Formats: sequence, C-alpha cells, structure tokens
Amino acid sequence: MIKKILIIGLLAGVGLIFFDLFNAYQGSEVLGKTGRYYAENGADEVGAANLVTAVIVTYRGLDTLGEVTILFLTAAIISFVLKFRREDFIPNRPVRITSELLDSASQVIVPVIFMVGIYIFINGHLTPGGGFQGGAVIASGVLLMIMANPNFGISHKVIAKVESISGIAFVLIGIMGIFLAGGFLDNRLLGLGNLGELFSAGVIPIIYTFIGLKVGAELSNILGTISHAQNEKN
Amino acid sequence: MEYIIISTGFALALLGLWGILSQKNLIKIILGFTIFNTGINIVMVSIGYVRGKAAPILDVIKPSEAADKIVDPLPQALVLTAIVIGLGVTALMLVYALNLHREKNSLDINSFKDLKW
Repeated sequence: MIKKILIIGLLAGVGLIFFDLFNAYQGSEVLGKTGRYYAENGADEVGAANLVTAVIVTYRGLDTLGEVTILFLTAAIISFVLKFRREDFIPNRPVRITSELLDSASQVIVPVIFMVGIYIFINGHLTPGGGFQGGAVIASGVLLMIMANPNFGISHKVIAKVESISGIAFVLIGIMGIFLAGGFLDNRLLGLGNLGELFSAGVIPIIYTFIGLKVGAELSNILGTISHAQNEKN
Repeated sequence: MEYIIISTGFALALLGLWGILSQKNLIKIILGFTIFNTGINIVMVSIGYVRGKAAPILDVIKPSEAADKIVDPLPQALVLTAIVIGLGVTALMLVYALNLHREKNSLDINSFKDLKW
C-alpha cells in the first residue's frame, strides 16, 4: 500500500516537472543560432545534402567516435557477462524444426536485407539514413538467419576482423585529417564534389561505410552471443 | 502540431517511469526503460521543430535559402546518438536479466533479495 502511494507521489512530482516544461515550451518560427549556422554553412563547408549527417560525421565527429566506442564496449561486456564454462556447452542443442516458410523466406530475404543495409549507409550523406541505421538493418538480417537456424554459428574471427579494421580505419581517416586538412575528422581530405551526388561530401561516405560495417558487426556479435548462451546446460 | 508531439513524448516518458516503478517482471521493467527513452527522444526532436519547415535535407531546397526552409538538424543528430546509446543500455539490461534468470530461474524482481536492506 505504502509502495503504491510512494509511486503515485513520485509520478505526480515528475508529471509536475514535465507540465512546467510543457507550459514553458513555445513552438519556434525561426531556427536557433546553432541550427542557422549549420543551415547556412553546412553545404559549403561539408558538402553533404543531409545536414544531420554533416553534424554527426563532421561537426560532431568526435561524438560519433565515442558512440561507436560505447557500442563496442557493450558488445565486449555482453560477451564477458555471458561467458560460460566449456564443459556446459552443447554444440548442437535440440531445437524445434524451423517452419518451411521461415526457412525459405530467410534464404530469399537475407541477401536483400543486406543490400538495403549497404544502400542505406552508402547513401547516408544524401538521404535519411547512415551508418548506424544501415548497420542495424544488416544486424536484422543476421537475426533472421539466427531465427531460421538457431544453431547457426557466427564466425567470431570474421566479426572481430571486420570490426577492428573498420574501427582502425575510422580513426586513421580522422588522424589523416589533422595533417592533410583542417583538423581531426575533417572531411575535406577528398574533394567536396557537387552537392547531392554519390561521390561528394569528401570522406563522409567512406567514414559512414566503416561505421555501418562496424555497427553491423557489433550488433550481430551481440545477437550471436545471446543466441549462443542458450546452448548451455541448465 | 508540435504541442501534440511534445505532450505525447512527456506522456510516454511518464508511462515508462510508471512501468519501471510498478512492474514486477524484469523484462517489463526493461520495456519501461525503453518507453521512457522513446518519450524523451520524441520531446528532444520536437524541440528542434520549426513551424511549417521541412526536414534538413538539401535535395529540393537550395543551400542559399536553407536557413529559412528547414528544421533544426542539431537535436536530430543528438537523438540519433541517444537512440544508439539506448540500444546498448537495453541490450546490457536484457543480458543481465538473462543472467539473473540463470541464477534463480525466475524473472520476478521480488525473488532477488541479496541486496535488500
């Protein structure tokens, strides 16, 4: 009883804070100062048609580097927490037979899902999308493969290679920016090209490709580890 | 329009908080966290909204007139970061729940009393 009263009191307090914030909120008619700067100079300085990408990869590229690191740490901690003793491991756990529909659908759809994911991260500087979204789409394809065949093993060697190569390449491109262009993660390493073309915006498509591969590998690794953990004897 | 969106965001955040506080099942508590996260993200995106303007993508909009035709790209970029971090946190919580279930064969929060005082 006292628990319920406490919960209701706390919710009422937080609701009051939210109500105050809502009351103080006014819809804006013009852009704020920072947004105006990005809108006016983004096309000239970065050359990406999608300004959100310009902010994420170039203006706040260091943030994105930290974000990718956090995802990597998550994958590493999950592998560490779900570590199991080798003698408890059943290599081929008995599973319910996958339905015909899921089995054939996964074979047909998975390549298409991978292709859509790659399209999303290559076109991240032109259309809504980018490395993180594309990586998540690729991981959803891996999830479908795991669902169709629960004993499907993801090769940790391949994942580790893809992940470390793309991570190192991301940092190396950033460091090259210090020497050859204006600063860390400056995208003017390559020519900016024409706004709205596939080969434009300097190194943004290259960086986003590496981010997409890295995020896809990390999320697939998490899914694989969780699926793998179920092979343990209870 | 933006008032509807921001109040939906706040309502979702409150709903998520209620779920975190009142539910007994660990999976439902984690779902509460993700709903809370979604609500706050919606609030952040709606703060960057400018009335009657388009998404910050310069395909039809010319760069010279961009400042008068697009919404603020900054909150959208920050929300993208927040979504990715939220995904990592959710994955970690789910794995901890999995591990707790291995220990006690139960997902009820009341069966874990080791740290209770």
